[in-house]
Amino acid sequence: MIEIFQYDFMINALIASVLASIAFGIVGTYVVVKRIVFISGGISHSAYGGIGLAFLLGFNPLIGGILFSIGSAGIIAYLRKKGIQFEDTLIGILWAFGMALGVIFIDLAPGYAPNLMSYLFGNILTIGLNELYLILALDVVILFIVIMFFKQFQAVTFDEEFAFTIGLPVNLIYTLLLIVIALTTVILIRLVGIILVVALLSIPSAISINFSNSIKKMMFLSTILGLIFTIFGLILSFYLNLASGAAIIVVSVIGYLISLLLKTKKVFTKNS
Amino acid sequence: MKSALKIESLSFSYNGANILEDVNLDLPEKEFVGIIGPNGGGKTTLLKLILGLLEPKSGRILIFDKPIKKQNKFVGYVPQYSSFDSHFPISVWDVVLSSRLGKSGLFTRLKKEDHKIVSESLAKVNILDLKNEMIGNLSGGQKQRVLIARALAAEPKILLLDEPTASIDTKAGKSFYDLLHQLNENMTIILVSHDIGAVSQYVNKIACLNKSLIFHDSKEITKEMLEVTYECPVDLIAHGIPHRVLHEHKHD
Repeated sequence: MIEIFQYDFMINALIASVLASIAFGIVGTYVVVKRIVFISGGISHSAYGGIGLAFLLGFNPLIGGILFSIGSAGIIAYLRKKGIQFEDTLIGILWAFGMALGVIFIDLAPGYAPNLMSYLFGNILTIGLNELYLILALDVVILFIVIMFFKQFQAVTFDEEFAFTIGLPVNLIYTLLLIVIALTTVILIRLVGIILVVALLSIPSAISINFSNSIKKMMFLSTILGLIFTIFGLILSFYLNLASGAAIIVVSVIGYLISLLLKTKKVFTKNS
Repeated sequence: MKSALKIESLSFSYNGANILEDVNLDLPEKEFVGIIGPNGGGKTTLLKLILGLLEPKSGRILIFDKPIKKQNKFVGYVPQYSSFDSHFPISVWDVVLSSRLGKSGLFTRLKKEDHKIVSESLAKVNILDLKNEMIGNLSGGQKQRVLIARALAAEPKILLLDEPTASIDTKAGKSFYDLLHQLNENMTIILVSHDIGAVSQYVNKIACLNKSLIFHDSKEITKEMLEVTYECPVDLIAHGIPHRVLHEHKHD
C-alpha cells in the first residue's frame, strides 16, 4: 500500500482529495438540505462552456470554468428572484447550452485538445502543482464565505420564506450560496469530472444527514466520508487501472447503500 | 385605538385568475381575529400579502399606518409546520435564534441579549426544556410551539398564524388557544383557519374569506357570511351556547 505514495502524482492526488473533501463536504450539506442537486448539476455542466472558451483563447481551463459556473449561478439566482415559471426547464436549457458552447469552442480551437476527457470524467492523477494552489485558494474562499455567513445560510436553507419575513436579504444570501456551489463544482471537475460532480456533491451529505443532528456535524461527517470515498476510489483506480472519477463514484454509491442498511438496522440514531 | 393593520381595496391575481377581490379590513391594536374560509379561498395568499411575500395587484396594506415595506419587523409569522423539512438537522434553539438575524441585514452578529430573548420566547410557550432537541423529533403540537417561539423572538406587535391547529388534537388545541390569549394581552393576533368550529370558540372577531372578505366587526357568523363564503346554505342556531356556534349543516 505504501508504495503508491512514492509517486509525486499520488501525493498531489492525495492533497487534492483532502482539499476537495473539505469543500464538497461543507457545500454538499447545503445542496442536500436545500434540495438543489439539480441546480448544482446545471451550474457544473455549464462550466464546460468556460473550459472550451479557455481552450480557444488559450488560458487556464479552470479559470474559464469558474467564470461560466459563477455566471450560470447568477442567471439561476436571477430567474428565481423574478419568480419565473418552469425554473427547472430553464436550468435544463442552461445545462445543455453550456455543454454545447463548450463543444463548439473546442471545435473552433486550432489543433487537438488532448485533455478534454479529463474535464468530462476527471483525472485526479494528473493534477499539477498550479492546480493544487488554485484548489487551495478556492477552498479558502469557500470556507471564508461559509464561516462568515453560517447562520444566514442556515436560516435561508431551513425556511426561506420566514427568513424573508424577518428582513434577511434572502436573494443575496441565496446567490452567495450558488456562487459557493459554483466554486466547489470547479474543484470537483478536476477530481471526478463535470458529469460526475453531482454525485460527489450529494452522496456524502445524503448519508450524513441520517446520522447528524446539526448542520456542523453533517458537514464534518460529509467531509470525512467524502475523503474516505475519494482515497478508496483512488487506490482502486491505481491498482485496477480504472478511471479515477468513475472509481470514486462507484465507491461512494456502495458507501451509500451500506449506510441505508445501517440506517434501517438503526445502528445509529440521530440523537445519541 | 391605534390601527394595527389596515387593508384598503386589496386585489391579487395569479396567472389571470382573481384570488382576492377588493378586500378591506381595519384592525385596532390587540384585536384577536379569526379569518375562516374554504381551502383555496385566499387565506394563505392574504397572509403572504401582509408579510410582503407577494405583491398586490392593486390596493394597499398599512401596518401602524405605514406601508409594509419598512414595517415587517412588527409582524411575526407562524407558518404551517409542514412548511419546512423535518429531516433538516437543526435544533429547536437554532430555529428560534434564526429569528434574531434580520436586525441589521447580511452582517448581523448575535449578542448575549439575543440569546436571552430566545430563552424567554421558548419559556413563554413552555418548551424551554426542548431547546436542544432536533426539530424533526418533535410532535406536531411541539413543532407548532417552536414556530410560535420563533415568531415571538422577533418581538412582533402583530402575530399571523396559518392553520395553527391543523396538526393538534382537541385537548392540546385548548391549551394552545389559552397560550394565544395570553399573547393577545400584548399583541394583535390574526389567525387563519378552515376549521370554523375550533376558531369561533376562541377568537374575539371573525371574518369570512372566499375571494372577498366579509367582516362585521363582531364574533357573530351570520348565515349570509357562511352562504357567501362556503356557497352552500347553512342553518345557524345555538348562538350564546358555549362551545357551540354552529348547529346543523344541511346540504340540499
